[in-house]
Amino acid sequence: MHSDRAPFGLKIAAGLGLAFMHLPILLIFVYAFTTEDKSYQWPPPGFTLKWFAVTWERTDVWEALGLSLKVASVSTVIALILGTLCAAAVSRTKFFGREAISLLVILPIALPGIITGISLRSAFNLADIPFSFWTIVLGHATFCVVVVYNNAVARFRRVSGSLVEASMDLGANSFQTFRYVILPNISTALLAGGMLAFALSFDEVIVTTFTAGQQQTLPIWMLEELVRPRQRPVTNVVALVVVLVTFLPILGAYYLTRGTDTVAGQGK
Amino acid sequence: MSALNRISDTLWRRPNLLVLALILPPVLWLGVIYLGSLFALLAQSFFSIDEFSGVIQYELTLKTYGELFRPSNFDIIIRTVVMAVAVTVGAAIIGFPVAFFAARYARGKWKAIFYLGVMMPLWSSYLVKVYSWKLILAKEGILNWFFETLHLSWLLNAYLSIPIIGGNSLSVSATGTFLVFLYVWLPFMILPIQASLERVPHTMLEASGDLGARPYQTFRHVLFPLALPGVIAGSIFTFSLTLGDYIIPQIVGSSRRFIGQAVYAYQGTAGNIPLAAAFAVVPIVLMIVYLWIAKRQGAFDAL
Repeated sequence: MHSDRAPFGLKIAAGLGLAFMHLPILLIFVYAFTTEDKSYQWPPPGFTLKWFAVTWERTDVWEALGLSLKVASVSTVIALILGTLCAAAVSRTKFFGREAISLLVILPIALPGIITGISLRSAFNLADIPFSFWTIVLGHATFCVVVVYNNAVARFRRVSGSLVEASMDLGANSFQTFRYVILPNISTALLAGGMLAFALSFDEVIVTTFTAGQQQTLPIWMLEELVRPRQRPVTNVVALVVVLVTFLPILGAYYLTRGTDTVAGQGK
Repeated sequence: MSALNRISDTLWRRPNLLVLALILPPVLWLGVIYLGSLFALLAQSFFSIDEFSGVIQYELTLKTYGELFRPSNFDIIIRTVVMAVAVTVGAAIIGFPVAFFAARYARGKWKAIFYLGVMMPLWSSYLVKVYSWKLILAKEGILNWFFETLHLSWLLNAYLSIPIIGGNSLSVSATGTFLVFLYVWLPFMILPIQASLERVPHTMLEASGDLGARPYQTFRHVLFPLALPGVIAGSIFTFSLTLGDYIIPQIVGSSRRFIGQAVYAYQGTAGNIPLAAAFAVVPIVLMIVYLWIAKRQGAFDAL
């Protein structure tokens, strides 16, 4: 039947769209190996592995990476707790203000990041809170909640209520039911949400510029290099590493949420 | 264990208490830290700054909002909104075929490729994406090389000589800013469109064809209206993200500023927090209006 085959023009348009989204990132891979160190010259005059060694020696890069990983880990843990609690409440029952709460969770990413950033900064100023590791975490955790929430709420809705009732009938209390019945069913969704939250925090730059003070996360380091370049090839290498580091959680999250139709107790 | 049991029993008997216990920590966090900060910002926008001493005067006034309507500031707002509209329209045009193919024709392996093909750029590093365009648009970069190789440099130069959208090179022009915005936000447009297209029944398009509609007519009168909530849902992201971004126009753009840059400059070096706050309120108000319209169009169901 003709309708099962895509029109040629559509195939081309879709392919071009996909290529447009990927070619620029692939370009980074080429630039990380170029021998040209002053400009963005294309095509690269030669290829070398030298810049990987140079980058390896740079302590500022390691420090920024370390801070980014720490911030992302702590923010992810906070987001996991808050997001799961919120999802559990919203998915199970209808209560007054339920709509308002789902809006409240989405707001930090629905409004432009600069709003979140400048709001937090002016609040820190008013409350005389000095910039620290925790001011960065405060901002990151706030917009990471939504990612965990979105993943968890979809899964919670699929976990059948009869499973919970059966567990209670068999004598388990709420905590045991959560630990042995609900948690195994939602764990992959939480893991996926956590990975995405981690990737989101690891990459966040706009809110961080307002809440970091003098500290540098990896994105702040990169932004600094983009505005005032010191050693371009090092930036290229760091960009390549960042791409690889963020791809892994995304792929992981994809594989974890792929088979979500098979949650136990569904449709019974 | 018995204490846990007692708590458990109480929660089971009184579900409202359970919901309250669950919802309290996230609501406290978001309510105090996030909403609290938002209100702190909002409050600051009603203060003003003494032009001579540079000291903030803590008296409620609308004077700072009045400053937004000065020609130099109002230009910034108009420029940002025009860019946000352009980026949104551009993303919808480029994103629609990708979403349509993924929703309607891609099966099995191709479905996964298209899904990951949109998710990867969506989640991959924002700064790396911006940086890659710096490489592309720079004077010695790949796009110039491309035009030179094809002996079309005159075409590029003619384009760059157009005022407003042109500039010294693509990396310091409004066109460059537009391209990078388009690139960075495009996946945010594709996913909601795809979600809404996936809900359009196959048979509806066939029925339209059987009733004698040409493909264009089917698109215009059947497919597009059904996909519209998805397009609007996607536009919420592209529009909002463009309104607030200050890094892209700073790295790839001309000296003509955007709202985000104004906010950043006024709160930072200029120390004019009230004006920065008033500027920040502009995207909030625009987004509230936008979200209200989007909700009426049923776009929230497509999110």
